[in-house]
Amino acid sequence: MEEAQTELLLCRDVSLGYEGQPLLEHLTFSVKPGDYLCVVGENGSGKSTLLRCLLGLLPPLSGEIVRAPSLRSGAVGYLPQQTRAQRDFPATVWEVVLSGFLNRRGFRFFYSAAQKSEALMNMGKLGILELRDRCYRELSGGQQQRVLLARALCAARQLLILDEPITGLDPAAAQDLYKTLEYLNSREGMAVVMVTHDLQPALKSARTVLHIGRSGWFFGTRAEYLDSPQGRRFREGGERA
Amino acid sequence: MFSYPFMQRALTAGVLVSLCCALLGVSLVLKRYSMIGDGLSHVSFGALAVAVALGFAPLAFSIPVVIVSAFFLLRMAGHPRWNNDAAIAVMSASALAIGIVVISLTTGMTTDVDNYMFGSVLAMTDTDVTLAVALCSAVLALFVLFYHKLFAVTFDESFSRATGLRVDLYNSLLSVLTALTIVLGMRMMGAMLISSLIIFPALTAMRLFRSFRAVVLCAGGVAVACFCAGLAVSFAYSMPVGATVVLADLAVFLGACLLGKAR
Repeated sequence: MEEAQTELLLCRDVSLGYEGQPLLEHLTFSVKPGDYLCVVGENGSGKSTLLRCLLGLLPPLSGEIVRAPSLRSGAVGYLPQQTRAQRDFPATVWEVVLSGFLNRRGFRFFYSAAQKSEALMNMGKLGILELRDRCYRELSGGQQQRVLLARALCAARQLLILDEPITGLDPAAAQDLYKTLEYLNSREGMAVVMVTHDLQPALKSARTVLHIGRSGWFFGTRAEYLDSPQGRRFREGGERA
Repeated sequence: MFSYPFMQRALTAGVLVSLCCALLGVSLVLKRYSMIGDGLSHVSFGALAVAVALGFAPLAFSIPVVIVSAFFLLRMAGHPRWNNDAAIAVMSASALAIGIVVISLTTGMTTDVDNYMFGSVLAMTDTDVTLAVALCSAVLALFVLFYHKLFAVTFDESFSRATGLRVDLYNSLLSVLTALTIVLGMRMMGAMLISSLIIFPALTAMRLFRSFRAVVLCAGGVAVACFCAGLAVSFAYSMPVGATVVLADLAVFLGACLLGKAR
């Protein structure tokens, strides 16, 4: 297909699952440069599995996932869910952010001057420059998320993939994070793929929505989603999908 | 006291093994794998007992056994559906029991058990020292060469995986080196105490320092200093070296806690 050239990620008729047991079937959607895709759905519907497939950590059961050439060799900015072990990890913000360059570093021992200045720039974008020498474990949840986001920016220029980024953040910090993502998306042209439970605020900035349910899936623009049966249920009830 | 050849051997091998333990320990403790060291030392005890009973060369037999168990334990610790710490406890208790049964069937509960459990400075042979030097060089080389990658893998496995780092390779490397270190170290430190060489220096360093690099360097320094202090005390008062080293580690750790609180 000729459009595969322009898309960052293209899932074509993909089935996902573990040990031959499909969780999701015949999924088709795409992420273009500058897109903002929200992946929503109930717990256990396969959102995390989908993310693992998009990152190339899990092969799909069938169908294919086409990545743009610029995304090969792992140039994806991934923001995973925080683990318990990280919360008391002794590392400076600087060490954490620089580790985002690992995939581009090859076998050189030191980070290059260009990488260091790029890291500083990314920290500047996220407003964490003054945290540079602070210890990661002493930061607030929101600050930690920014640090991890800066690391993700160091790893990739075109695509950010976020797994439930606002888990554990207080509402103000969550708001901040959404603003930052919107800024990165609209000003920097960074494509964003975000799995979230927090439908209402996430939908404000989303351009496209992928809803995964046990009975099927929906992919379309935000307006289309709000008119779809799944989206309508959310709009009328104001409930969390 | 270093006019005795056995003390020279104990010092060389001990300093190197403690250094390795401390470096590997930082990663293991931060990854929440502290119990793996304990489990492996008990497996190593069992393997040694079986090797002696069957007349195999102790190291040649126990090194492969412990490496295999290290892979198994690491797999188990990463398994989402298993009760990891319970599984490790079961494994180490079983290995210990097998070892004791084998020993009591063959040589009887003699000094062997004592030596394996609590260690002895006399246990280090020239081969052990050579092995310790080789192993320590390997661990140091690994740390210098892959320092940044080990940091990334320790800090965040899923991110490292997503950015194309071969996480499983580094984990396997870590477990093989840990297994080797423990097999070598437990003859001197004893099965009961070797795991503390892995855990204490890392914990002490984490109390005092805030960057990963400082923690790694400090853990290495603390481990070597505590070993030397422990060895000296053990020589002066003829006590088992494992216990005195652990007590030195404990003292430094408590000091670090106080210092950390005072800040």
